[in-house]
Amino acid sequence: MQLIFEKCRQRRAITFDAIDVPEAVLPAELCRASLAELPELSEIDVVRHFTHLSQRNVGVDCHFYPLGSCTMKYNPKLAEAVAAYPGFSWLHPHLASLPAYHAKCQGALEVVYELERLLAEIAGMKAACIKPMAGAHGELTGVLLIAAYHRDKGHAHKDTILVPDSAHGTNPASAAIAGYKVVEVPSNSDGLTDLDKLRAAMNDNVAGIMLTCPNTHGLFETNIAEIARMAHEVDALLYYDGANLNAIVGQCRPGDLGFDVMHYNLHKTFGTPHGMGGPGSGPVGVSERLLPYLPGPRVVKRDGHFSLETPEKSIGRMTAFFGNFLIALRAYAYILHLGDAGLRDVGRMAVLNANYVLARLKDAYKPAFPATVMHECLFTASPQAEKGVHAIDIAKALIDRGYHAPTIYFPLTVKECLMIEPTETESKETLDAFCDAMIEIARLVDEDPESLRAAPRSTPVGRLDEVKAAKELNCARLSPHLA
Amino acid sequence: MSWIPATDADRAAMLAAVGVRSVEELFAAIPPGLRMETWDVPAGISEMAVREKLGRMSVRNDVCSTSFLGGGYYDHFIPAAVDYLTGRSEFYTAYTPYQPECSQGTLQAIYEYQSVICRLTDMEFTNASLYDGGTAVFEAAAMALRVTRRNKVVVDDSVNPLYRRMLETHAANLDIELVSGRDPADAACVIVQNPGFLGTVRDFTALGEQCHAAGALLIVSVYPVSLGMLKTPGAMGADIAVAEGQSLGLPLAFGGPYLGILATRKEHVRKMPGRIVGMTEDKEGRRGFVLTLQAREQHIRREKAMSNICSNQALCALRALVHLSLLGKHGLAEVAAACHAKAEYLKSKLGFARLLNDGPTFNEFAVQLPKNATEVASALTSQGYLAGLPLKSVGAGGDNDLLIAVTEKRTREEMDRFAAALEEVACS
Ligand SMILES: Cc1ncc(COP(=O)(O)O)c(C=O)c1O
Repeated sequence: MQLIFEKCRQRRAITFDAIDVPEAVLPAELCRASLAELPELSEIDVVRHFTHLSQRNVGVDCHFYPLGSCTMKYNPKLAEAVAAYPGFSWLHPHLASLPAYHAKCQGALEVVYELERLLAEIAGMKAACIKPMAGAHGELTGVLLIAAYHRDKGHAHKDTILVPDSAHGTNPASAAIAGYKVVEVPSNSDGLTDLDKLRAAMNDNVAGIMLTCPNTHGLFETNIAEIARMAHEVDALLYYDGANLNAIVGQCRPGDLGFDVMHYNLHKTFGTPHGMGGPGSGPVGVSERLLPYLPGPRVVKRDGHFSLETPEKSIGRMTAFFGNFLIALRAYAYILHLGDAGLRDVGRMAVLNANYVLARLKDAYKPAFPATVMHECLFTASPQAEKGVHAIDIAKALIDRGYHAPTIYFPLTVKECLMIEPTETESKETLDAFCDAMIEIARLVDEDPESLRAAPRSTPVGRLDEVKAAKELNCARLSPHLA
Repeated sequence: MSWIPATDADRAAMLAAVGVRSVEELFAAIPPGLRMETWDVPAGISEMAVREKLGRMSVRNDVCSTSFLGGGYYDHFIPAAVDYLTGRSEFYTAYTPYQPECSQGTLQAIYEYQSVICRLTDMEFTNASLYDGGTAVFEAAAMALRVTRRNKVVVDDSVNPLYRRMLETHAANLDIELVSGRDPADAACVIVQNPGFLGTVRDFTALGEQCHAAGALLIVSVYPVSLGMLKTPGAMGADIAVAEGQSLGLPLAFGGPYLGILATRKEHVRKMPGRIVGMTEDKEGRRGFVLTLQAREQHIRREKAMSNICSNQALCALRALVHLSLLGKHGLAEVAAACHAKAEYLKSKLGFARLLNDGPTFNEFAVQLPKNATEVASALTSQGYLAGLPLKSVGAGGDNDLLIAVTEKRTREEMDRFAAALEEVACS
């Protein structure tokens, strides 16, 4: 398909009214030498271009999208409708900068206040803060909160964060970006954090440990109470990566499990769309002891009036205002609609669906771990790989059968990993059809492996040359004077 | 109240296939003492009731006043087709393009986005987006530390004070020295903003030369719409350009989602954070797009990655691309010209106030009123005006200082009436 730049015919889409004031000019040395070479097309050309691009994509609304760890559940249209209300979407954020303007944004401040209260309650934390703009940004916020706590207590020697080897890459990256040394803790053969190795790594220099629970093997860390005890014994804080909160929502709460600080992925547990990679939202939750350090300013309620205050020992500003507010608003609508019973059913059904897929596939593919799983099931395609068909070939073959591929080659602890997360919003028929396709592919590994290696064939392009992309580094159509 | 399609019969059949009697058994791994019993979450309400409730909350927010509020975030016109096209669920319900063959729509759109950002800024490389303008400043500073292996970051007063506070917060636990000014000696970078927070337009070309002579990088934070008119960061010799992309087709939305823009020169691309899309081909020679240079990213390099970013603001980047495609080369220039001319017009009507800018301005300027700016702004809210941002509120000026922004949306008549109202309140 042509690039939009290749379609320009010197037509215009949008025109403006004549300027109703005298023209003004800036000194030439402050102005650009020539106009930016932006695309210029008629409106219908722009509409067709992006409509055609959309048709070269798949989303949850098109297909089952069992991308493990990413929680590609249905994104309710109710949330989209609410996010489009002009009273929210047109609201200027600097109305929050000045108490004299707070009367002009009471509704939005109430959304922040109520959502933070609900998020805290759902996870058993003392308070939540919706500012961080994605899970990784929540992790960074959380690690900075941990740092502020230790600084306050005079723990200058605490320079290390422990991270299990099964953790998502953002965990060690967030700890490192916050200035910590990262020490990896291996998993045991059951797929859980190895307690002996954790004990060996735990010492007085440890500032915190970042855990995902259920972890990225889809398994609940059954020793969580012991892990919390070990951490707290050396005054290390326990961080909860909430990417998998959807598995346990309504069943148990990170705060009750002993976690001190966490992030939520609103774009996972609370159904907000993933937007081709973002925007998401990654609020943090904290226990009592981290409350004084939360990023400011925070919404408070006095006599029915909402205003802003910055906690005394606040780490400062993680965002200019309220982070990805319209995403948080969608999550608020989601929580209001589901409520108590609906939220409890999210966890139950996510877990039942994952175990159903595991039950249907365990003869055709080798489960990575023997146990009952939580919200996602992992297989290793090592046996298939020995026959020359790799996880990536299975993924591409699924695309030809009308499914988005599962997550592959993550977590790094499982060879040839296929990580399947069905989510609670898929029906039994969909799961059955998907499992049938997986089983058919397993059969073709023996009968016609070449067809799998040649997949996908149904897509606008086949497998692409990644080496060429990196070598030639053609990442933009530059302006003619730079190209 | 739920979006779960499973029927009771489905559940029973699935439980039987799994070999358990109840869903409860599947949660056996959670130690019994740690299970939750009650929580204070209200019962669900219908879609109709949620919309009613949130609709009522939404009208307690003022989006109807005539607004001169800017401060880094601007009320620009957004063509209808932006919402329409980016509301296609093939885009907004997709995730990161990890499977390129079924994500060519996303990948080509990001490639095109990278292209328009490079053309707008006169830079050579950009990424698929960062969270917002403030985090882009932090990422740019962190990038400069990696490139120069120095640890001093110099921030000019022209930089949005909110970005500055975000930079301090994000870097609080790092061994870096954060100083004010423009002196590049021993610095990893000097960060400036154009137009400055108070609206003043400058040319930082000479500063760029000083930075390079001192081995420091020049980071220029820009207001994208102003690049319809103003000298580009590339032309000034910037090593990294950053921007808050909100003005490119994103609604104000009480703070987000917005768009973090970061662009750089070829020599620094391997130190750049965030996803990058590259052009390539398949076996049959068909053009296609993939994520490239992924060895910089957290999913490969973990604690050695250039950044921790994973989810970004890709849909916002798509909005910026669609918006710029609809405005076009001349349309963006016209918007910039309108913003500038209208701001100059309003400025000319405010002879009763003292202009604080020490040079030309684009669409925003600062004035010192004869009276307390917060009280004046507060009084004008009851007349249907958001008069601007009292600078004291963000620690960027004195009691009487007011920052006033004008976009293409304001009409001459609105400005005439506003100037009269402001004079009346401020001078009485
Ligand atoms: C387990 C886990 N942790 C953290 C993250 C990071 O979240 P985000 O992409 O919102 O930054 C992810 C995202 O995929 C994840 O799966």
